[in-house]
Amino acid sequence: MEIPYTVEIRRDTGLNNGKIAIWLFLASEVMLFGALFASYILIRTGSTSWPRGDTILNVPLATFNTIVLISSSVTMVMAWASLMRGRFNTFRVYMASTVLLGGVFLVVKYFEYSHKFHDDLFPRTNNFLAIYFTLTGLHMLHVIGGMAVNAYFLGPGAKLYKTNPVWFTNRVEHSGLFWHFVDLVWIFLFPTLYLL
Amino acid sequence: MSEHAATTQHTAADGHAVDIDKHVRIYITVFVTLMALTIVTVAISRFHLPVPIAVSVALLVATIKGGLVACYFMHLISEKKLIYAVLALTVAFFIVLMFVPLLTVHDGYWMRG
Amino acid sequence: MSTPAGVAPPKAHAPHEAHHEPLGFWRLYVFSTDHKVIGIQYAVTGLLFLLFGFSLMMLMRWQLAYPGAALPLIGNLLGEARMPGGIMLPEFYNELGAMHGTIMVFLGVVPLAVGGFGNFVLPLQIGAPDMAFPRLNMLSYWSFFLGGMTMLASFFVPGGAAQSGWTSYAPLSIIAGSGQTMWLFGMVFLITSSLLGAINFIATTIQLRAKGLTFMRFPFFVWAQFVTAFLLLLAFPPLEAAAFLQLMDRLAGTSFFLPSGLVVSGQVLTNAGGGNPLLWQHLFWFLAHPEVYVLILPAMGIVSEIIANNTRKPLWGYRSMVYSLIFLGFMSFVVWAHHMFMTGMGTAMAAFFQTTTMIISIPSVVILTALIISLWGGSIRFNTPMLFATAFLPMFGIGGLTGLPLGLNVADIPLHDTYYVIAHFHYVVAPGTIFALFAGIYYWYPKATGRKMNETLGVIHFIGSFICMNVVFMPMFLVGLAGVSRRLYDGGAAYAFAQPVLHWNVVSSWGAWTMALFQIPFIFNFFWSIRKGEKTGDNPWQATTIEWTAPSPPPHGNFLTPPEAYRGPYEYSVPGAARDFVPQSEA
Repeated sequence: MEIPYTVEIRRDTGLNNGKIAIWLFLASEVMLFGALFASYILIRTGSTSWPRGDTILNVPLATFNTIVLISSSVTMVMAWASLMRGRFNTFRVYMASTVLLGGVFLVVKYFEYSHKFHDDLFPRTNNFLAIYFTLTGLHMLHVIGGMAVNAYFLGPGAKLYKTNPVWFTNRVEHSGLFWHFVDLVWIFLFPTLYLL
Repeated sequence: MSEHAATTQHTAADGHAVDIDKHVRIYITVFVTLMALTIVTVAISRFHLPVPIAVSVALLVATIKGGLVACYFMHLISEKKLIYAVLALTVAFFIVLMFVPLLTVHDGYWMRG
Repeated sequence: MSTPAGVAPPKAHAPHEAHHEPLGFWRLYVFSTDHKVIGIQYAVTGLLFLLFGFSLMMLMRWQLAYPGAALPLIGNLLGEARMPGGIMLPEFYNELGAMHGTIMVFLGVVPLAVGGFGNFVLPLQIGAPDMAFPRLNMLSYWSFFLGGMTMLASFFVPGGAAQSGWTSYAPLSIIAGSGQTMWLFGMVFLITSSLLGAINFIATTIQLRAKGLTFMRFPFFVWAQFVTAFLLLLAFPPLEAAAFLQLMDRLAGTSFFLPSGLVVSGQVLTNAGGGNPLLWQHLFWFLAHPEVYVLILPAMGIVSEIIANNTRKPLWGYRSMVYSLIFLGFMSFVVWAHHMFMTGMGTAMAAFFQTTTMIISIPSVVILTALIISLWGGSIRFNTPMLFATAFLPMFGIGGLTGLPLGLNVADIPLHDTYYVIAHFHYVVAPGTIFALFAGIYYWYPKATGRKMNETLGVIHFIGSFICMNVVFMPMFLVGLAGVSRRLYDGGAAYAFAQPVLHWNVVSSWGAWTMALFQIPFIFNFFWSIRKGEKTGDNPWQATTIEWTAPSPPPHGNFLTPPEAYRGPYEYSVPGAARDFVPQSEA
């Protein structure tokens, strides 16, 4: 039994099932991170003093990480574009770059976190650090999740290209939407935590 | 896996023709803009502007950057009405979540004097 | 399936499903991706949790009726840590209370109403072969199951299960024992399950509806599930965020919800402080208010189907009902702080929330009124589903109307956190939603099993439950108006002002225990009818909606040929038609 519109478009909506599903999921993620940003606002406005981000956090390192993540967004969309052009090997290069850049992001975060712990700065130390670790920690979990999915499409999942290239291209596109969203969250997280 | 000759006309998932080369040019342009805006936002932060202004400027830049990622990398600029409807609903509730608890707490007893 | 031009056509490879070789027992009945199996799994699990949650309350009702008295027999089984000498400790009472609420809402009603009925009926009613994402559907069920197991397991950790109310208010929940941590993890599993389910329901409803089935031809049940899915999708994530924050407070020592200088048992806490307990309340109620509409909307959907069918008339005011539903769903996101009127809110925001709350009562009343008017002039058949569906109407009416004073911030002052609140919401959920769920079980049982449940047992179940529900909950309005607070483990016995109303606690308790007895015919009927119930054909209720054109029970894939919708969902008693109903998908 086949589920209709898994690959092909339903004419009156102009969408396939996966495209709707990923946007619905991203809508829920907007509310998830939104709640955390709202918490940040409430906690910060309710506190008597709040340190400026660059007095505690490493701005140059985070700026580098921002560049890394934005670059990975470009390689991600290029991976999809390569599939649209029918260039499977180019797709693999771009997808591998995306995963690699994600890895770089994680490594930098590892150094950031361990430096903080080394300086005796933990989530429990004060509310600034609490919200910093929680927001970036949850974001990091999303980076890991996105990397796992991308690695799947680079590795075992790539088999699908042989049998159903359209479906595979769509799935890479949907995975890319999630990855771009992760980048988008960081674009707001970075100034909020590090620069303000 | 075989590579076939690149052609510039391709069909997107919804059946309409997509000029991939044009899209790729847009991606590069957006990438450069995002890099520039990242430098800008970090540079402005060095001026240590008063918090309300710093917040407004930082959010404005972030919104532009985010908007570019959404519109061009995520293809939102050419998405279907249904997706727009879902996102509009989400944005409405997002705004409620951002502002109403804040207003409620600040209008409250605990914030007085 | 058409292939877009310009890309090498695939070799007509459908996503592989192991439906060519026969599936083993585990893939057929346990790890199935068929929406009907998953729906039944949700329904049965949900019913078991409802029974368990009810049992917790029956225990509590002993303490409320006879505070400090030893409970014969059962009291000695629960151990010295909880009921020394058979007498309930206050901590245990709190554990029962918190878990009763949590289990009934998140493990009982929603899984049955949404997971059970939504999964089983929705694809059939829209003429689809299954959900858009069958494997995701299976994942949703097992995530729910894991969440449920986590909640149950929490009873066995040192300190017992969560005991800070189903609302888990900070700072009490932050300093509570490890059962609270398990509650939080359990909620994460449950929220994940609901989010994945919501995505599936919305995508399925939009994409997989039959040809000719436009939105305004949807059965009201489909609309109800559709709006409910949006509530789950957008309202649950803030609670998930809040759960993470509370886990950070409990496990990582942060102070998101802990104010500075908090003193616990004479000792000042060493946490950094600077947090806000109200932040938890905002994030919690941002979900929990839409959650109550998640509890009622599927019930309204079920009742609507049964009323149309058993009056042999179209629903009155279908369009108004649909617009009201959509408006209700939207408004449900902007009323939440009416649960927080007593937190020191200023008059401006109190006025805002009071206003939105009054406005939200309008669509509710429209829907209820339309359903009542739908009865007018109908050829009413009082079978068991219809008994429960019609009883829903006045019961929901009482529940809804008694909510109005609670939504007015001044009237809420004497009423908040009293038994009045308990009576209000139980009227909506218990003789409200749960009656609708019973109705739905009797109604769709023939579609799922090919047999009807026994009518006599059904009538006994109905009459007994209806009387007992009112015996349990009506007196609570009086108790609440007298000023007795909720969550008091002695039911108010320690207070002088409560003495005149204490006897009502005994009445409610005996009502509850009697109600348990009247569930026995239902439980027996449910299982006995699988083998011994009266065999039926595809459409025992002569209904118009598409699910009744499938075999009973439907095979994998549901329909032999994809149905097409030619008319509205309630074409009953159409002048000139051969029968008193014209099926929606009949050419």
